[in-house]
Amino acid sequence: MQFLADFLPAGVAMHAPALIVVIPLITAALAALMPNGRVAWIVALITAAAVALLSLNLLGQVMDEGVISYHMGGWAPPLGIEYRVDMLNVALLLLVGFVGLLCVFYALPSVADEIAENKQALFYSAFLVCFAGLLGVTITGDAFNVFVFLEISSISTYVLIAMGAGKDRRALTASYNYLILGTIGATFFVIGVGFLYMATGTLNMADMAAILEANGHNRVSQAAFAFIVVGLGLKAAMFPLHVWLPNAYAFAPNFVTAFLASTATKVAFYALIRFLFSVFHPDVSFVEMSFVWLFAVVGTIAMVVASLQAVFQTDARRLLAYSSVAQVGYMMLGLGMGTASGLSAGLLHLMNHALMKGALFMALGAFALNFGVRRIKDLAGMGKTMPASAMAFTIAGLSLVGVPLTVGFTSKWYLVTAALERGWWWAVAALMLSSLLALAYVARLLSAIWMDSPPTHHGELTQRRLAPWMVLVPMSILALANIYFFFHADPLVWLARSAAEAVMGGS
Amino acid sequence: MLEILAERFNYIPIIILMMIGLYVVIATGNLVKRLVGLSIFQTSVFLLYITIGKVFGGAPPILEDYKADDGYGHGGEGEAYGAAEAGHAAEAAAGHGADQAAPAADAAHQAAEVLYSNPLPHVLILTAIVVGVATLAVGLALVVRIREAYGTIEDDALNTADYSLESGSAE
Repeated sequence: MQFLADFLPAGVAMHAPALIVVIPLITAALAALMPNGRVAWIVALITAAAVALLSLNLLGQVMDEGVISYHMGGWAPPLGIEYRVDMLNVALLLLVGFVGLLCVFYALPSVADEIAENKQALFYSAFLVCFAGLLGVTITGDAFNVFVFLEISSISTYVLIAMGAGKDRRALTASYNYLILGTIGATFFVIGVGFLYMATGTLNMADMAAILEANGHNRVSQAAFAFIVVGLGLKAAMFPLHVWLPNAYAFAPNFVTAFLASTATKVAFYALIRFLFSVFHPDVSFVEMSFVWLFAVVGTIAMVVASLQAVFQTDARRLLAYSSVAQVGYMMLGLGMGTASGLSAGLLHLMNHALMKGALFMALGAFALNFGVRRIKDLAGMGKTMPASAMAFTIAGLSLVGVPLTVGFTSKWYLVTAALERGWWWAVAALMLSSLLALAYVARLLSAIWMDSPPTHHGELTQRRLAPWMVLVPMSILALANIYFFFHADPLVWLARSAAEAVMGGS
Repeated sequence: MLEILAERFNYIPIIILMMIGLYVVIATGNLVKRLVGLSIFQTSVFLLYITIGKVFGGAPPILEDYKADDGYGHGGEGEAYGAAEAGHAAEAAAGHGADQAAPAADAAHQAAEVLYSNPLPHVLILTAIVVGVATLAVGLALVVRIREAYGTIEDDALNTADYSLESGSAE
């Protein structure tokens, strides 16, 4: 993979870890100054493309040289801030970079429809700030830096969600509730980091891990663990802490929902993995106990209960939002197994879920763009009026259920294998039950789309309307990726496995 | 028990503030009051960070040499202070665990036996304050928009408004 590491000039490649965060931050300011939305969109598109290229380059570098440690401003860690890239980060950077690029491509028609003309430039600016924040959380090796970037991304997310108010005023209350809960989560996280600082006297994660291992754990580090798990759990929408998510996803602009559903909760979940495995070690007794009694159990409950809630929704996007909570449950279950195969299955599902939810929300966005529909019964006849988008929706929906020939099957297969390895029959049973429930709620959507006839308008059937090609292209890419990565599962499986090994210490 | 509390008296107001803030966020139905509670909650965390930066007997973390050069006239005083407290450093460090020991020991070695308080938590909190201000600003802006859209900022009234909206618009 030499060419991946070499295709950028040496100077750029050397500073790639910093540039990947700095570029979106700078262009966010640029986008805000642009005269209209279209120019700002071009800025955002160029930025997202640059980030995707840099993430590819980082992948090449990590594969060639192992862990990259970038010293911010030339100050050596543990005193200086370190950007640390290993296989786990790079997998997430690739995910955020490429899904971000596809989402931005999709954004132009969708945003033009939903956001007021004079606010579009600022909207793209807020998006870029959010993008930078997510990348920052992923790449940094400094615990307090994680908090700062988490808040950078969250605060801009509140703004982005509230922009849905143009279509439905409930976006405002959804955004407000997310702000309250998100801030409580972030504050819990920062309390946890404070306790860790008390226990170790350092903020560098690698250094923290070394000191905690040398000194052993005490009440302070246990309290830190609890606060960090709850804080990041709120951000990642772990089951009992997910109440902000359904409304936020249901009322945000379509582009924002597609982007957030496939990146934001994933990045928070990554931060959780980073703290659980890299800072606290999975061999420590209270961490191990939390895997079995917290993550596995709560994950299982989430898989079943959230899926059940999804079945009874009337709003299509709310339904998919509850399904997202259930999918986070799958990832928690994979994490809770505490084995390398469990974690890699969880990570694989994390990446695959981004592919399916990205495509699903984009397709719903396309329906909303052409017909302004959001309730399930209004999706009636979309298979006839918008066949291409309906096809993409169907592929991704089947992938969500875990039908063979889609990536959803691959990651569920790996989860089941990992659960059996661990001897957790109950987890397999819960997986099956949850998949059945997923079949129920996806079937509700698909039957409305394909079986029902299109509504009549003044006695005539609604005409067929093609979505704009800028919507169709990224949506089809994501939908086809759901099939492609079933037949060529190796790259993703390899990425997930080496990511899991990177944090499990090669075990 | 009382002794344990007395030794950690600085944490008591922090915990009280934290609980007040969190309680207000949960208990009140008024959106502005909820933001007030959130700010109290965040402020208590700022205090938590600041209090862990304190080293007993530590001087403000400004290099003593710089002070003397600049002619502020506190150099001599500071050094005397430092020498007198040098013994306390070890005690304080031993008594308060690794958290304050490591920075205290470093400071003592580097700055010719002058004991400094740990400045890092203060710097961190400057960042956290900025984050808190930004959050509060966005929150208040949202409340203004909610007031414009709904005509109320009470949670109950908002729920009623949305509920009637949903049932009203169902064809």
